[in-house]
Amino acid sequence: MTYNINNKGYYGEFGGAYIPEMLYPNVEELRQNYLKIMAEPSFKEEFDQLLKDYVGRPSPLYFAKRLSKTYNTKIYLKREDLNHTGAHKINNTIGQILMAQRLGKTRIIAETGAGQHGVATATVCALMGMECIVYMGEIDIARQAPNVARMKMLGATVIPAISGSKTLKDATNEAIRDWINNPINTHYIIGSVVGPHPYPDMVARFQSVVSEEIKWQLKEKEGTEKPDYVIACVGGGSNAAGAFYHYLEDTDVKLIAVEAAGKGIYSGESAATSILGKEGIIHGSKTLLMQTTDGQITEPYSISAGLDYPGVGPMHAHLYKTGRAEFVSITDNDAMIAGLELSKLEGIIPAIETSHSLAIFKEKQFKPTDIVIINLSGRGDKDLQNYIDYFKL
Amino acid sequence: MNRINKKLNESKKLLSIYFSAGFPSLNDTVSIIESLEKNGVDMIEIGLPFSDPLADGPTIQKSSTAALKNGMTTETLFNQLKDIRKTVSIPLIIMGYFNPMLQYGVEAFCKKCQEVGIDGLIIPDLPVDVYNNQYKSTFEKYGLINVFLITPQTSVERINFIDSISNGFIYMVSSASVTGSSSGFGKEQTDYFKRIAGMNLKNPQVIGFGISDNETFAQATTYAKGAIIGSAFIKHLNKNGVTKIDEFTRNILN
Repeated sequence: MTYNINNKGYYGEFGGAYIPEMLYPNVEELRQNYLKIMAEPSFKEEFDQLLKDYVGRPSPLYFAKRLSKTYNTKIYLKREDLNHTGAHKINNTIGQILMAQRLGKTRIIAETGAGQHGVATATVCALMGMECIVYMGEIDIARQAPNVARMKMLGATVIPAISGSKTLKDATNEAIRDWINNPINTHYIIGSVVGPHPYPDMVARFQSVVSEEIKWQLKEKEGTEKPDYVIACVGGGSNAAGAFYHYLEDTDVKLIAVEAAGKGIYSGESAATSILGKEGIIHGSKTLLMQTTDGQITEPYSISAGLDYPGVGPMHAHLYKTGRAEFVSITDNDAMIAGLELSKLEGIIPAIETSHSLAIFKEKQFKPTDIVIINLSGRGDKDLQNYIDYFKL
Repeated sequence: MNRINKKLNESKKLLSIYFSAGFPSLNDTVSIIESLEKNGVDMIEIGLPFSDPLADGPTIQKSSTAALKNGMTTETLFNQLKDIRKTVSIPLIIMGYFNPMLQYGVEAFCKKCQEVGIDGLIIPDLPVDVYNNQYKSTFEKYGLINVFLITPQTSVERINFIDSISNGFIYMVSSASVTGSSSGFGKEQTDYFKRIAGMNLKNPQVIGFGISDNETFAQATTYAKGAIIGSAFIKHLNKNGVTKIDEFTRNILN
């Protein structure tokens, strides 16, 4: 059994490319070229250089002393929050902009929910002097004004998605429609390990730098490359894919994916896709997704805008189905409390997405000797208003 | 012989109309179909609405959303169509995205199609290879013709492959676009129409996307067996409800 992708573009039964014929040439061009391009020495060199000098990698693997003491186990935080633009998202956008250049594309489109991936895309487009169009749900534009302003400062055009529920899934639909209308000059930078093959695999590979670094960093600190647990939050699942990637086949290392339970798994306001989802097709991928019995895709809810995607990447659907990863869901309230706790114990204000994974310590008991790695996927600056409102700060 | 094949054997050029089932009102489906047949339409694509129609422009998105809001479901559509063959004899095709069919159960869906008298399916996001490896025998078992799309970007090799596994017609998307977005055909499109016509494919071609009036219908059918109108008809329904369908088709055909 492998937990990684097979040569047909599937993780077990999940994945594939369920796309209209209009998209076939674009996706096929990418499929035929992405591995070849990523293997080119000049690509690797430029990618590594930018990750080092522009993003600020390697991101530290930090031993969280006071948090560890509180929960009587050894907790390390992988500090993706210290990356340029404040989250892991930029690892992928750097990779994809270099990919787009090598494919001869001149125009970049992207979707964004909370605006983190939109900002990361606008950033690399500014860096490379490329045209950038970001689709964002009309409702998200209203509630994420600072990120909209950042994208505009970076030179991107932000187009409101006014169809359907006017949030992330509709922004993704609009980006796909744009790509159908502009098949020749445009590259679509998807922000997570979702979408048609080869996107889930390509994005996972660009994010895999996270677990690649964890291995040697942990070896330096603990004399072993293997932690007992790697824990990450999952919306679409890109930070988890990066943190899990080099441990997928090593079953000594336990993987925990943390989903957003919103106001409670069965409250009707939740984004716990592994529990509430059923097999189906969303944005060109066969995976688990939240839908009606009639196959209409439903709108999830989480206090964190980065976790309220109705599907989950096909890799994670496979990890869930095979039991390779344990899936845990955390409510809004538990996440918010965990975010505040980390701030007070370690002087690190996490993104609310990340706060969900930190809440694991209230759910699950670890041994004092366990080495537990949390992927600290993003910083909380963008969520300050949410924290202020929630705790009446 | 399947009604689609029989229709394709007629010497005339074919007018095919798409509409979203359940729009403008939930129970308009049967009267729209009957009225289209009565007014000279040769074939109908009944749209099974979907929450996330990736290949559709704003007009069809809105009619799909409205249809879902009206309460349209897969089961409701089959119920509405259960007596359709008592009054309608032209070919009927269901056009929809794959997820709702997958949730219904592909075999159950095909069986139901046969029961009510559906002749074929158009499923834009069901990939050719997945159909060919997993579903072809099921579709055939229930006498359904699956229609594939080609676009100006589709390679010759792929067109030939699609032609080889098709047994009805090929749906030629007129340009690189979602539905309802272009008006009028330029040289680029007519060159593409000519190129495909010159390939002498086994299956006739029917052109869709960008056909909205008498002129574009005439242009498309100069090179192809027929043409499909979707967004323009939805706009007509928006404006007139289910009335004046005779006026709409007359304007196209004259």
